[in-house]
Amino acid sequence: MLYVDIIFLFFAIVLYFLLGGADFGAGIIELFTSDNNKSRTRKTSYQAIGPIWEANHMWLVIAVVILFVGFPVIYSELCTYLHIPLLIMLMGIIARGTAFSFRNYDAVKDERSQALYNHIFVYSSFITPLFLGITAGSVISRQIDPSSNDFLTSYVYSWLNWFSVAVGLFTVALCGFLAAIYLIGEAKEQSDIKRFTKKAVIMNAVAVGCGGLVFLAAEVENVHLAHWLFGNPVSFIAIIAASLSLVLLWYLLRNGHTQIIRIPAAFQVTMILIAVGYRHYPNIVMVKGGNNLSLLKDHAPLTTITDLGWGLLIGSLIILPALGYLYYSFQRKAE
Amino acid sequence: MNDFIAARSQMALSLGFHIIYSCIGMVMPVFMAISHYKWMKTGDPVYRNITQAWSKGVAIFFATGAVSGTMLSFELGLLWPKFMRYAGPIFGMPFSLEGVAFFVEAIALGFFLYGWNRLNKWFHWFTGIVVGVSGVASGILVVSANSWMNSPSGFDYVNGQYLNIDPIKAMFNEAWFSEALHMTLAAFVATGFAVAGIHALMIFRKRNVHFHTQAFKIAIIFGAVAAILQPLSGDLSAKGAAKRQPAKSAAMEANFHTVDYSPLLIGGVPDTVHKIDKYGIELPGMLSFLVYENFKTPVVGLDKIPEKDQPNVPVTHYAFQIMVGIGFFLLFAGLLYFVALWWKRAWLFRNWFLKLFIFATPLGFLAVEAGWTVTEVGRQPWIIQGVMRTSEAVTPMQGIQYTFYLFTFVYFTLSVAVVFLLGRQIKMVPALYDKNK
Ligand code: HDD
Ligand code: HEM
Ligand code: HEM
Repeated sequence: MLYVDIIFLFFAIVLYFLLGGADFGAGIIELFTSDNNKSRTRKTSYQAIGPIWEANHMWLVIAVVILFVGFPVIYSELCTYLHIPLLIMLMGIIARGTAFSFRNYDAVKDERSQALYNHIFVYSSFITPLFLGITAGSVISRQIDPSSNDFLTSYVYSWLNWFSVAVGLFTVALCGFLAAIYLIGEAKEQSDIKRFTKKAVIMNAVAVGCGGLVFLAAEVENVHLAHWLFGNPVSFIAIIAASLSLVLLWYLLRNGHTQIIRIPAAFQVTMILIAVGYRHYPNIVMVKGGNNLSLLKDHAPLTTITDLGWGLLIGSLIILPALGYLYYSFQRKAE
Repeated sequence: MNDFIAARSQMALSLGFHIIYSCIGMVMPVFMAISHYKWMKTGDPVYRNITQAWSKGVAIFFATGAVSGTMLSFELGLLWPKFMRYAGPIFGMPFSLEGVAFFVEAIALGFFLYGWNRLNKWFHWFTGIVVGVSGVASGILVVSANSWMNSPSGFDYVNGQYLNIDPIKAMFNEAWFSEALHMTLAAFVATGFAVAGIHALMIFRKRNVHFHTQAFKIAIIFGAVAAILQPLSGDLSAKGAAKRQPAKSAAMEANFHTVDYSPLLIGGVPDTVHKIDKYGIELPGMLSFLVYENFKTPVVGLDKIPEKDQPNVPVTHYAFQIMVGIGFFLLFAGLLYFVALWWKRAWLFRNWFLKLFIFATPLGFLAVEAGWTVTEVGRQPWIIQGVMRTSEAVTPMQGIQYTFYLFTFVYFTLSVAVVFLLGRQIKMVPALYDKNK
């Protein structure tokens, strides 16, 4: 059952990245859209994410619950040392979620308040994945230092370092890329498709750039990223697969398959997560001094692990079909 | 403000904020499902309008409830890492099931809010029901986690170690039933009276009287029935607290001395220095009767409890008085409604009658906050009753006061925004729905 819990944890994280990430990306795209196209972008993305945005974000809650029930030591260490970036991320989530629904459900659609909601929505769409990425980067950056008694070392430098910030930027770019790919499939008019394609190209370039930045920062911070990624076959293959899927994606797009391209895009992001995750597995939090936290060691007592596993299995029998039907219904109705 | 007090205040603030949205999230879907059903049965468009008007308001509450809940699931760790480290595996089971319930709720909500005119109408109605059922289920589950903090079970605590963990047993701890029942009723009382009060105000102002009368009726029937049951369930909670948490119980009653024929104190100002109560009404023997069902048996007072294990007496006592006072007030308001409905129809539109319900609008939620204050402050200084002190659980991070100020600012802003948006919704009712009338 331990492995069931771990697999669910991994899936919840991947799905949060893919679905929630595309959702953040919609805001990022809006942020970088010229003013006269903004409302069209907004409309397309609203149609696409409106019915499902709340469900998308539940993956985060699921991941957190699995962590604190099944891996309480990991959860409490992360919450202690990464208190500040998590807090900022949460502020982003609050601002974004409320602004998104306020702008759609405000009974009076006057310009001033709509402009305010839009502002909050786009900026928080940028901040949230940035700090999500920073948190993720810090988890593997070896900067968390349990032996320190000093506020800055314990609670600030644990996440404020070049590597974590570079991962944060990379995450933002990936979210924007995912959203652009997703919106290409949603757009109905040729001009919109063109616009989103252009966005996807830019975001792709930015993502590649940020990826390079991550490697550079890794060198600066002494994180042996290149060695991790290319030093073991699974990660290596995953990286190659990710790059190949990108080629496939652009090929499909040129031939007008606007829907199918979501698959290679999602595949690419999943591969990146696998490449990073696998190298450390079963370790999940890298700590200065080497007392890394491991999924196989630092878990809850086995009775809890078993009950949690059954809860997740039975729950997913209810959730997954319902969720599938939700996506299917609104996909079909939109066409 | 020191970090410990800041952390406690931040937790209290976040939960106090979330609870309002979660009550609404549990109860409004039920109301909507009823009026939706009436529309499909009678074809009277007023019911469709009520359902749609409600669902717009509720969407705002849902979003706020969901984000504040997401905050909470992190805050437990951000503020109380040492508590979560040990308690997570024991009381986490209801949380993981709650995760499932939320997910179902979020999916059903997607269908419900965006499914108008798109889905088969009975399927659409059914998704509304699912939102309500999973909302109530998540409320019950999370309260079961809280009741575990009041009556820990499902593990053995030996030399500072938590052994033989049994999450299922922890979930069905002794207090879970009375707490879950009381909380669910409270959600119906609070939301029912709040919604009814707003519609009563609109009837009072003679706006869309037909629309608001029907809406008022749906809300108040639930609110009134729950209000009539609430004191009974409260009695059950009080008996449980007296048995399992004598310190909390003594603080609720400001009962300083263990004596035969323990008196029930109504009102009153506890003087913690001289250990006496001033200005209250004491009913001799009543407390013994409520707890033990005879007038003589002494009820444990604060004199039997070491100072360092006592909660803040005045806060607990006042909060308890507020809750119970409101409870009885709403009980009578509920009874009065049924009297009017069955025997005195004319009352329903009298000004004094409407004013009574307008006055009651915020009271249910006030009682909810007061009740939680009783439960949580009354449990202090323990975070897990008798096992772990709150001060041992707090995060080592410094500067929590600043995050507390930040949260206060955010929640304050959000509250203002929600009230403002709700006001706009209500103002728009005539423009949006009159044409169908
Ligand atoms: C509309 C709200 C409302 C109303 C009218 C009442 N309550 Fe209540 N009460 C709550 C809302 C609430 C609550 C906020 O929902 C609590 C907090 C924890 C819980 O499960 O319910 C609560 C807790 C609570 C507790 C603490 C239980 C514990 O800590 O273990 C007691 C003893 C009572 N209630 C008793 C009563 C009595 C005797 C009432 C008589 C009228 C009453 N309540 C009315
Ligand atoms: C939603 C309704 C709730 C409200 C309004 C509420 C209120 C409060 C208050 C006032 C405090 C501060 C007590 C003090 O420090 O004197 C507190 C603390 C706390 N509550 Fe609750 N509570 C609620 C439900 C819950 C639930 C469901 C849980 C967990 C499952 C919970 C967990 C905690 C924790 C961990 C603390 C901090 C430790 C402590 O001070 O005891 N609360 N809450
Ligand atoms: C007595 C206390 C509580 C009750 C009755 C309660 C109940 C609920 C309900 C009914 C909802 C759905 C409402 C809505 O979507 O508007 C909700 C949302 C949520 N609650 Fe609470 N809750 C309580 C405390 C907590 C605590 C302590 C936590 C965290 C550990 C928590 C975490 C969440 C989360 C993550 C959501 C969002 C789910 C979603 O997106 O629909 N809640 N809560």
